[in-house]
Amino acid sequence: MAVSEKQRELAAYATAAFVLLVLMPMVLDAFWLTLVGKYLAFAFVAVGLVLSWGYCGILSLGQGIFFGIGGYAMAMFLKLEASAPDLPDFMVWSSVEKLPVWWHPFSSFAFTVAAILLVPIVVAFPFAYAIFKKRVSGVYFAIVTIALALTLTVLIVGQQGETGGANGITDFKTLLGWDIISDAGKNAAYFVEVGLLIVVMAISGLLLHTRFGKLLIAVRDREDRVRFSGYNTAMIKAFIFTLAAVFSSIGGALFTVQAGLITPSVAGAVASVEMVIYAAVGGRLSVVGAVFGALLVGFMKSYLSEQFPESWLFFLGGLFIFVVMVMPNGLAGVPDQIRHGRVRFGLRHERR
Amino acid sequence: MSAAELSLDFRMMSPAATSVVGDHVLSVEHLSVSFDGFKAVDDLSLNIEPNELRVIIGPNGAGKTTLLDMICGKTKPTAGHIYFKGTDLTTLAEHEIVREGIGRKFQTPSTYEDLSVLENLEVSLPIGHGVLGSIFFKRTAAIRERIEQIAGDVYLSDQLRTKAGKLSHGQQQWLEIGMLLAQNSELLLLDEPVAGMSPRERELTAALLKKISAGKSLIVIEHDMDFVKSIANKVTVLHQGKVLAEGNVEAMQNDERVIDVYLGH
Repeated sequence: MAVSEKQRELAAYATAAFVLLVLMPMVLDAFWLTLVGKYLAFAFVAVGLVLSWGYCGILSLGQGIFFGIGGYAMAMFLKLEASAPDLPDFMVWSSVEKLPVWWHPFSSFAFTVAAILLVPIVVAFPFAYAIFKKRVSGVYFAIVTIALALTLTVLIVGQQGETGGANGITDFKTLLGWDIISDAGKNAAYFVEVGLLIVVMAISGLLLHTRFGKLLIAVRDREDRVRFSGYNTAMIKAFIFTLAAVFSSIGGALFTVQAGLITPSVAGAVASVEMVIYAAVGGRLSVVGAVFGALLVGFMKSYLSEQFPESWLFFLGGLFIFVVMVMPNGLAGVPDQIRHGRVRFGLRHERR
Repeated sequence: MSAAELSLDFRMMSPAATSVVGDHVLSVEHLSVSFDGFKAVDDLSLNIEPNELRVIIGPNGAGKTTLLDMICGKTKPTAGHIYFKGTDLTTLAEHEIVREGIGRKFQTPSTYEDLSVLENLEVSLPIGHGVLGSIFFKRTAAIRERIEQIAGDVYLSDQLRTKAGKLSHGQQQWLEIGMLLAQNSELLLLDEPVAGMSPRERELTAALLKKISAGKSLIVIEHDMDFVKSIANKVTVLHQGKVLAEGNVEAMQNDERVIDVYLGH
């Protein structure tokens, strides 16, 4: 039985790779492929949420913070390349006369990549460790994170001249001289993104099969017991939260490339809550499920907001309620539910 | 690595390798704690010898569980000290106390329900406590052997692949004791280990605890006097946060004060 479970899991990963690498590029035109690329940026966040929320029980409503960090870092690099040697246009409009000091290093691609990977670590780890050390968890942690996401939005919007304010940063042209506006450029960007996503999925899948993966479940279910087995649980939780933050940041950077813009709204509280919905719909205990959750909800968001511009958010809310009530483990949990011949109501791991 | 080498390895990592100064494993000195003015434990002193199996009895609210909570760091005392082989435990965090060699079993079985018996024991091994250590942890033959040996000790050899949540209540109690053995604890704190067990399971548990006490010290809280008689060499009776009496089971059963506050009911 254990073998077949492993085989099922491998089959799921293989299916995901096939769909993303072969099927999508074959059947979709450039416009749709870019949209899928945009949705997939959120899949990075959703995979991180599977690890930190699904397996370790840390509900973060502030993943947009890290998505924003990656997104803005990439946007700053692209904007500098697009507007060089002049100042970025939005700075001129706000009558900023000199490039702010903290923008300077972002003319280097190596620095930008390092920032995308390291800034979320520097932000997430000390914050999370301090807070978990104080034994703040569950709803209280979620409230702290959503408050931080709100704060970040206010901060970005307030610094119009240095951040582009509410309009964000847009109008990019090239990435290291490589055209990212043309269909061919977007196509290539899609494959880079899928490649990175597969790496992130593989890291996550492998991690869950180590003893550390078992520890995550143990912390989720009985943190006290783990402490009394000699572990510093604050360290375990801070580590997985930080890893999820790095995944989000990578997703944000790719979002900027795919969407051609970054705005404070994708880094804010509402976007952060939506990211949790992606993971919940796909299945918070399934890495592959989270990816498909991001695709499905992303598509529904586009479709519904076109069809019902006024009321589409109600559909999204309804979808979330439906999933939580009927499919506690999301889409990925449906095969299990069918196999066991039951559709249960209520969350499976409702403990805190 | 052979099993013998591994067990040596464990000993080196646990404080057993350090020399024991004095003959007490644990010395509780003038320990007090109060919750909102209520003194749950009041100027309590107690010594535990190596390889001793001590039973603590007493009426509800006597401070038995609170005492164990303070030894393992779950509750911080308001006054007094707890020395474990010379180290003061009152300033250490829970996981540091565990690493000193103290294991705690809770009143209600507390195992990882979504993990198998094997995984429960494996997570408890005192190696790879760090994040990287646990990511790169390998289940070697020696580790596997050690887990199987512990599972055998706690009567769960046939259940290695069973999820802990599917075990019976008694088996979960055994599994938790097994987890303390996997931790390589030198002092085991057991809070009502036979609660909810059948008479047969109680017999097996008594045999298990006696076997453990051949190489480790135990403090057991128990209400069932028949069970106490079957395992204890020394009993401490707590009452209102203080030690009321201490001695062998028979002496305690004939002690006027003990009969008065506890056994008489």
